[in-house]
This record gives sequence, structure tokens and C-alpha cells, in this order.
Amino acid sequence: MADKKQVIVRVRRRASPNDAPRWEEFALEWRPAMNAIICLRDIAERPVTRNGAKTTPVSYESNCLEEVCGSCAMVINGRARMACTALVDSLEQPIRLEPLTKFPLVRDLIVDRSFMFESLKRVKAWVPIDGTYDLGEGPRMAPEIQEKAYPLSRCISCGNCLEVCPQVNAHNDFIGAAILSQVRLFNMHPTGAMHARERLKAVLGPGGVADCSNAQNCVQVCPKEIPLTESIAEVNRQALKQMVFGWLLA
Amino acid sequence: MRQPKIIVVGGGLAGLAATIRVAEAGVPVELFSIVPVKRSHSVCAQGGINAAKNTRGEGDSTWKHFDDSIYGGDFLANQPPVKRMCEAAPGIIDLLDRMGVMFNRTPEGLLDFRRFGGTLYNRTAFAGATTGQQLLYALDEQVRRFEVDGLVKKYESWAFLSAVMDGAGICRGICAMNLRSMEVKSFPADAAIFCTGGIGAIFGRSTNSVVCTGSAQAALFQQGVDYANGEFIQVHPTAIPGEDKLRLMSESARGEGGRVWVPKNAGDTRAPRSIPANERFYFLEEWYPKYGNLVPRDIATRAIHRVVYELKLGIGGEPAVYLDLTHIPRATLDRKLEGILEIYERYLGVDPRDEPMKVFPAMHYTMGGIWVDNDNQATNVPGIYAAGECEYQYHGANRLGANSLVSCIYGGMIAGPAAVKYAGNLEKGCEAVDASVFRRERMRQQEINDGLLRQEGEVNPVTIWKEMGQWMTENVTVSRHNKELEKTDAKLGELAERFRRINLSDRTQWSNQTLNFARELDNMLVLARVITVGALARNESRGAHYKPDFPERDDAKWLKTTRAKFEDGEIRLEYEPVDISLLPPRPRRYDAAT
Repeated sequence: MADKKQVIVRVRRRASPNDAPRWEEFALEWRPAMNAIICLRDIAERPVTRNGAKTTPVSYESNCLEEVCGSCAMVINGRARMACTALVDSLEQPIRLEPLTKFPLVRDLIVDRSFMFESLKRVKAWVPIDGTYDLGEGPRMAPEIQEKAYPLSRCISCGNCLEVCPQVNAHNDFIGAAILSQVRLFNMHPTGAMHARERLKAVLGPGGVADCSNAQNCVQVCPKEIPLTESIAEVNRQALKQMVFGWLLA
Repeated sequence: MRQPKIIVVGGGLAGLAATIRVAEAGVPVELFSIVPVKRSHSVCAQGGINAAKNTRGEGDSTWKHFDDSIYGGDFLANQPPVKRMCEAAPGIIDLLDRMGVMFNRTPEGLLDFRRFGGTLYNRTAFAGATTGQQLLYALDEQVRRFEVDGLVKKYESWAFLSAVMDGAGICRGICAMNLRSMEVKSFPADAAIFCTGGIGAIFGRSTNSVVCTGSAQAALFQQGVDYANGEFIQVHPTAIPGEDKLRLMSESARGEGGRVWVPKNAGDTRAPRSIPANERFYFLEEWYPKYGNLVPRDIATRAIHRVVYELKLGIGGEPAVYLDLTHIPRATLDRKLEGILEIYERYLGVDPRDEPMKVFPAMHYTMGGIWVDNDNQATNVPGIYAAGECEYQYHGANRLGANSLVSCIYGGMIAGPAAVKYAGNLEKGCEAVDASVFRRERMRQQEINDGLLRQEGEVNPVTIWKEMGQWMTENVTVSRHNKELEKTDAKLGELAERFRRINLSDRTQWSNQTLNFARELDNMLVLARVITVGALARNESRGAHYKPDFPERDDAKWLKTTRAKFEDGEIRLEYEPVDISLLPPRPRRYDAAT
């Protein structure tokens, strides 16, 4: 057990995608209610490793620090999670910080998650409104529908569900649980449902819903506790229905 | 006719609203953001968005919304734009509803509304306690649609550095830095709309996100864009203290019936729920019987400070008071407030459905910001527009809860078409501007970077930032004393001197966050001074600006807008009259019984 007055943090670093990874260890001063972000800030203020070597501050993404922006996802002690809610006192030391591995690395703990935003385009994750001018009220909605849809709409595109998915790998470009859950969300909305078929078509091909192997890791790591496996099952059901009966409607 | 070209800087609610309106007009937009726009600070807004839809037959109206906003803002806002915003608000809610925002519903399937601070009406539409996130996503989705259509091009992970100004003082584009490759580049445009949000980082710790530094506003200010009412800083009464961030505990907690109290006896060490009602001091309800726990934020914040620092009744002698929801059924809390209760639970390991929360005020919002005109969100520099928290127009001396989301969207929706119209009327578009104008600005910015990277100093920028934050929080938030403000101004000068000796511990040219942070810090130090000297000059108390030595509002001398200018490297304050053409100022008394 490390000295209670110290926090030992090991960071897996790469100066650029072309550099080899290396580990650096830091000894930080313990304070109450510390989280992984505070550790990274301490390092930025005094970028010196545990054995006294000068180094650079660690590059990492963070913004809201209350788990609603999705920026600070990383692998902490082997688990994909948000750094801002990773409280030091609940983590085993040395605390290991590593970048997500399923996305292209930029530097240190920063990865490029644009795959997720591109996927949102692919499945047309929006309600196609006619325009922003005054067209009156939106459709009425039963509270039960809202209560089902709202949790899905809290997805922060952090990418943790892709990180832990065995189907997201070098040989497969599975679109991932988060996006499929968005398909379910927009197909649930009265106006969004008018374009359900296009969304389902987008997830019928390679990398689509059929690629899910039902490992159910995604739902374990989702920081927003979104019922991702339920969403995948529902989208799968809708997609199958479309595949079987779709030609009737064409 | 030539095709105009518009740049939007910032991808929060205001920036996305502006982008949608420009793209909808068929005009291409280049959208710049430090973070992927879906990760903007608007996601942190919790409680809701105001619109007088009067769905409960309470007799609410847009005029009452307007009156509450002006009164809540202590009569410092120009009235006609605020009136127009309140009139537009119900239509904005309808639009968001059509976009698919999962607002809470009534049994009839209509939008549900709750109460918020500074009003007696149920006027706040909400999507759980993550309304900002839901609204931002709705706009983000619409922008993504325009992106697919080729009308919007996003530049995410780019930081704005400066406006490109031609010889005639007209903005012809922007200069920005790619935060990965560190490339500095000029982008021509006919008009640029700035929606760069809050300035929390100037106070070190606040409820704001990391990117809310005010750096863009400060850079523009130094290029001749005026900054108005900078001294008006909102301190939110209820936040959870933390070393990295002061996490907001939404006003909606009180809107849903949450009560604020402290034990009547200092040093009462009993668990909160074992303290009987008659030994609890519900100070807001006692002091403000009509509004109770829903007084405006500046009032609640000062009351908490009084309880803690004057009456010495903070919980266990600490700077904290209880925000109590434990009398509300769990199911109701889960349905309406889950998002914020989850935050409390995750960071403190205590379930606020069982235990009263411990909270304390925190810097939250700037009412002041870039000066814009009354009609078009246009700044004093041709070609530069501003919308959202970064501008000063809608909240006077204090913003009412749930008015920020509506002001962001409304401002963005005005700024977009106004910029398009301006661009269309330009005699000479940005493509006709000599290339040397763009090159010169790029080189000027590149030299600043090179200088910082070369510099051999001994000071770490994080240390300067922390010191600035401490000074600003201690002296330029809730209670302001001229002596301390003078000292703070001097301190900021000293910090600016020390900034010249900073050492960037990272000198690489790839994803160098230290370099960008140093540039932001340089700008923050300027804006901190604008806030401080504005506060020093204003010898009265109005809204969030409170001076114990000048405890009254002084309309004869100070019913005027502060307008800060940057001339020859110096901050100069000017003042201009407030447009009070619709509502004559009256005393602001939330403690009055009627």
C-alpha cells in the first residue's frame, strides 16, 4: 500500500501516433475528494516524474467535469470510464491511466472519436423538421413514451461502449451500441419514425446491428446507464421486420 | 449575386442556433469549436428553459416574463430586446419540441412546466434535470443534417485566436489554431458570429466547463470590440464544492420544492434528519415569505453568505447549508431531477433522496459580455456579431434561472440572419480582400506562439491561473470592497508581468495543450481586469454587484451600461444610458410581503 499522503499515478504516454508508447509514473500529494482529472492537473502544474525527471504535461481531453459532456473517457485501472468520476480514494494504486484503444490515438490520453459522429450521420440521427419558422407545437407524447426515450437521449458519445465491445476491432467496423440506441430513440419519436426505414437500412449492412455478438459488455460500462442491450434488441427486431416485410412496402 | 460566407465561432446553443439559421438561408457556414460541438458547455445547463405558455391557467404572459426578467435584472438591461426575447420564447419551445427534445410531459401529453427563481409562475419547460444537454443535442442533430447537406463545415479542435481586420477596421475573417497540428491559419469570411460562452476559468473554480475561459472575448476586446457590464457576475447559491470544479446543483431542486436551511444552533452536530423542524432555520422562507426558496440567485447567495459569515450558522462551522429534498417522494425526484441527484451521489457517495445535500455558492455566469446593438447582435466592429453568454444583452444586473437557454437560442437565431443580411449588402466581399491582410494576421499570431515556445522562464502558467482565480473569487464575487478591488487590480497587473516569464513545459508542435492554455491565460488576465475595474468604478449595489459600502441601488448616478474599451493598451470605461422605455424602474424588494 502506497503512503496515504501520496497518490501514485502511471500514465501510458505517446507523444504522437508515430511514437512508441511508454509509461511514466508520478507521485502526487493526496487530498480529499481527488479524482483522475485533479491528478492530471497536478502533473501539468509540476511535470516531473516520480524519479525526478522533467517531462511534459499529459495531453488529455476534459470539459464539463460532471459526466455530461463525454470528453474524458479513458481506461483507468483497466476499465473504460470517465476520468472526472474516477475518485482516487476508490481506486487501487498505482492508478493506471491509458487512452481508449479502439479509436485512433492523437497523443497521450487523447484519441479521435470522430467515428462516432460520422456514424450519427450514417444513421440520420435527427428529427427531420421542415424549418425553424413557427410551425406550431410539436406532436403530443404520452409521458410513458417520454420516460422511455429520455434515458436514451442522455447518451454522451463517450465511446466506452465501443471500447469494451469485442466486435469493434481491426477486422470489423461495428457501428456500436451507442449509435444503435440512437436509432431506437429517433424511431420512437412521432416525427422521427417517419424516417425509420432509412435508419434501419443504414444498420442492415456491414458493421450494422447484425454484427452485435451479444457480449453485453456495453451496458456494464455505460456511464449514463442506458439500456443499450435493450436498444440493440429492439433495433434488431425492427431491422428484421423490415428485411422480411420491407419489400411489401417498397 | 455573390454567395456570402459566414463563420461561427463556438458550438454551444447560441452557435448552433446561429449556424442553423444561416444554413437554412442557403448560406455556407464554417463552424469553429475547441471541442466537438456536442461536448460544449451548454450540456451543463440543468433545470430548464423559460417560456410563458401559461399552460396552467395561472394568468402568465410574455409581458409578465418580461417584467420578471427586467425586475430580476435590477433594471440594467435594455428593455426592448428583452421583451422581444420573451415574446419569442414560446415559439422557441415549440421549435425544440418539434426537433425531438424529450421534455417532461403532463398526463395529457403536453409539455410540463415547473417553477424557477424570481417568478411566481410555472414557466420553465424541462427535460429531466439535463435540459441543456437535451437542447444542445437537438440543435447538434440539426446541424449534423446540414453538414451532410454540405452547408456546414465543422472545424472541431480548433481554437480561435483573433479576428482578421482590414485597413478600414472591418472584420474579414478569423485566425485560428488547429489544436492537433498546432497549425495557425487565416479563414476569410464576410461576417463572424461569436458564441464563445462563459468565463468561469477567470475565477479558477466555478460551475463552468474547462473551455469557458473568455479567451475569445478578451482577444476581440483587445482588437477593439467593446465589452459591456463586465462587473456583473452571477454567483449561483447552490453548488457542490470540489477542487477541480464547483458542481452546480440546479435551481430546479428548489423549483420542485427543495428547502434551504441550517440548524438554528451553531455547533449542532446531529444528523440533519434528526433535527426537529422547530430547530431548523429556513432562512430564505423566513426572510422572503413571498418567494421563499425561489428568490433570485443574487439574493439567495447573499443570504447564504450572511448565514455563514455573519450569523456563523454554517453546518458544523463550515461554509455550507442544507438543500433538502428528503420530504419529496423518490419517484417524483427520479422523474424530474435524476440527472442532478446522480451528480451529487457520484461525487459525494451520499443519496440526496435520503440525506439533505450540503451546498455553497459558486461563480456561475457572466451577465456582462461583448457589447452588441439592440437589434442585430452586432458589435461595434463591422462584420463581428455575438450571441449567447459571451454577450451582455439580456440579463441586466442578474440573470433569472432558466433564462440563459432561451437567450442563447434567441440571440443565435437573431445573429444568423443579421450576419447574412450584412454580408449580402457588402460592397466588397472577403474574396476581394488582399491576401496580405490574411497573411499578416497569421504571421502575427504565429509569432506569438513562437515567442511563447522560445521563452526561457521559471513560472508555470497553471500557478498564475490558480492565483488569479483565488483573487477574483475572494474579491470580485459576492461582496465587493473598493480597497480589495484596487489590490486585485494591482495583483492582476503583477500576474501579467509574471506571465512574461512563464515557461512552457511542453515545446512540441503536436497537440500541445500547454501552449493553447498559455494563450488563453494571457487573455483571461485582461478580461479579469475589465471585470475588476468595472466593479471598482460602480459605487452602488445592483443585482449581483453588491458593495457593502454602497448598499443601495443608485439610479440617479448608475442606471447606465458600463462599456469598456481598449485603447492604446489601456482599459477605458465609458457609460451609456439604459433603454427603460417600457417599464419604469421600481425598487427591487423580494422581501416585501405583497
